Amino acid sequence: MDALHVSLSHPLRSFRLELELDVGRETVALVGPSGAGKTSILRAIAGLLQPERGRIALDGETWFDSAAKLHLAPERRSVGLVFQEHALFPHMTVAENVAYAGRERVDELLGLLGIGALRDARPGELSGGERQRVALARALARDPAVLLLDEPLAALDAHTRARVRAELGGLLRGLRLPALLVTHDFQDAAALAARVGVLVDGRIVQDGSPLELIAGPTSPFVADFTGGNLLRGLARIAPSGLTEVTLADGTRIFSTDRLEGHVGAVVHPWEIAVAREAPADSAQNHVTAPIASLVPVANRVRVRIGPLTAEITAASAERLALRQGERVVASFKATGTRLVPL
Amino acid sequence: MRRAFDIALAAAAGLALAFLLLPLLALFVRISPDELLAALASDAALDALWVSLKTGLVAHVFVLGVGTPAAYFLATKRFRGRGALITLVELPLVLPPAVAGIALLALFSRRGLLGAELDALGVQLPLTQAAVVIAVAFVAAPFYVRQAVASFETVDPTLIDASRTLGASPARTFWRVALPLSATGLGAGSALAWARGTGEFGATIMFAGSLQGVTQTLPLAIYAQLDIDPDVAVAIGALLVLVSLTVLLSLKLLPSWTRFTSASLIRSAPSGSS
Repeated sequence: MDALHVSLSHPLRSFRLELELDVGRETVALVGPSGAGKTSILRAIAGLLQPERGRIALDGETWFDSAAKLHLAPERRSVGLVFQEHALFPHMTVAENVAYAGRERVDELLGLLGIGALRDARPGELSGGERQRVALARALARDPAVLLLDEPLAALDAHTRARVRAELGGLLRGLRLPALLVTHDFQDAAALAARVGVLVDGRIVQDGSPLELIAGPTSPFVADFTGGNLLRGLARIAPSGLTEVTLADGTRIFSTDRLEGHVGAVVHPWEIAVAREAPADSAQNHVTAPIASLVPVANRVRVRIGPLTAEITAASAERLALRQGERVVASFKATGTRLVPL
Repeated sequence: MRRAFDIALAAAAGLALAFLLLPLLALFVRISPDELLAALASDAALDALWVSLKTGLVAHVFVLGVGTPAAYFLATKRFRGRGALITLVELPLVLPPAVAGIALLALFSRRGLLGAELDALGVQLPLTQAAVVIAVAFVAAPFYVRQAVASFETVDPTLIDASRTLGASPARTFWRVALPLSATGLGAGSALAWARGTGEFGATIMFAGSLQGVTQTLPLAIYAQLDIDPDVAVAIGALLVLVSLTVLLSLKLLPSWTRFTSASLIRSAPSGSS
C-alpha cells in the first residue's frame, strides 16, 4: 500500500516540474543538482505552493486535486517539514519551538533527539547540528503522517555532517513514516534512503535503490552523479611534492592536487585499472582488496574492490577471469585523483 | 590647510548644536523649577494635559488597532497597485498640517462631503473632542503604519511558512510569529506616532478649535497662554521637551533591549530609513 501519492505538473523558471511519485512507509530521496525543482516538490506537498495541475493524497485523503479545485491549507495537512535552514523561531526557546506544533510530546521528542539539556536555549545559541535536531523534533511534534526534509544536511559543516547523517538514518528507520527528503548529494541520499529518484530539470530520470543506481545508471548524468569513488583520509604534502593521503586502513594514496587535512579523494571508476599483482607502470596508487562484487553494465563490468568501484571492459574482466572474493590490485594515477576538503 | 579645514568643520558643528539646543535650554532657564511646577499646576495647563492624554490615548489605540493589521496586509499580500497604496498611506507624512485641517473639514464639516449623512445621524464633529482624536490619528497614523509595514516585511517568510506547516492558522501565525518578531519596529513606530500626535497643532486648531478643557491640547494651550500667562506657556513647552526626549531615548534604547530577548534583533530593529 502506498501512503503518499504525488502527481503534479507545475511550471518553474526554465522548465516544467512533471512528477509522479508514491511513497510508502519508507524513506525516499530525491536527488538532483541545485535548481532541479526539489524544494518546489516539498512545498507543493506541504501546501505552501499550489501546483498548476495534479493530485496529492495521503491514504486516500486528498490534499490537493486541481480537477476538483481542492487545495488544503498547510495547517490542515498532516506533514512535518524540516526546512533547509531549519527556520527555528528565534524568539522562542528550544522547548517553545517544539511545543509550538504540539505540547504533548515535547519531553519525549527532546529525549529522542538528545537535546533535553538545551530546552531553555534559544536557537541563536545552538550549533548547526543542534538546530537540525530541534527542527526535527519540532516537525515531529505534530505527529505528522508524512515527514519532508529539505536538504537536511546542507546547512551543516562537513565535520558534523557525517555524524548527523548516521543519526538521521537511524531515526528515519525507527520512525517508520513515509519520508521524502531532497538533497543534491548522492552520498547523503544513499545513506538515508532505501529508494532514490534522480531529478533533472523537473523530471525523475531514474529511480531505484542506491546500489541499483550505482550499478546500472541509465543515463550519463546518473552515472556521473553516482559514480565517483570517495576515499576519506588525512592529507599532507609529501617530500616528493605530491599530496599523500592516508586512508583509515593505513593505505597511502597520492594526488597531484595540493590540499592538507581531512580530505576526500575522488577517483572515477573508469580511471581505475584492475590487475592480479601491482603493475610496474606509472600509476602511483594501488589498493589491494578482495572483489566484493562484479556487476555487468552493457559492455562494461563494475568491479567493487574494497572501498573502490572500478569500471573495466567486459573483455578485460573475462581475460583476467575475475571472481568474487579474489584479492586483486586496483591502480589509478595520482594525476587522476581529485582531492576535496571534508 | 588640513588643520584649517578641521577647525571650520568643528566650528560649523558647534554652531549647529548651539542653534538647535539653545532655544530649548532657554525654556528651562527662563523660569525656576518651582515656578515651572506652579505654572503646570494652573487650570489651563492641567486641562490641556488631561485633554492631550485622553485624546492621544484614544487616537493611539485606534492607530495601533487598525494600523497593525492594515500594515500586515500591506506587507504580506502581493497585489496590483500595492506600491502606490503604500505611497498614498505615507502622504500625510509630508502634508502641511494646515492642509490636513482643511481636508478634515472638507470631509466632516456640516457642508463637507459626509456632512449631510453625519447631520442625519445627529453627529457633529468639528469643535468636539472626537475631532481632536480624528486630527491626531490622521497625522500620526502614517508614522506608525509606514514603520509597521517595514517591520513586517523583514520577518523571514520561511518562518511564516514553518508556522503554517506546524499546524498554525494564519491568525495564530500572526500573533505568535509575525507580531513578536516585529515588536521592536512596531514599538519604534508607535513611539514616533505618539510623539507626532502629542505635538499636533495645525490640523487640530482648524478642525477642533481651541476650547479649554474640551479641545485645547498641550500645544494649543502654549499658543493660547502666550497672551494670558507666558509662564504657563513656557512651562508646558518645557514639559513637552521632556516628553519628546523620553520618546527619543526609548527609540534609541529599544534595539539594545531586544538584543537580550530575541535573536532577530537586527532584522526587526528600526532602520535608519524612518
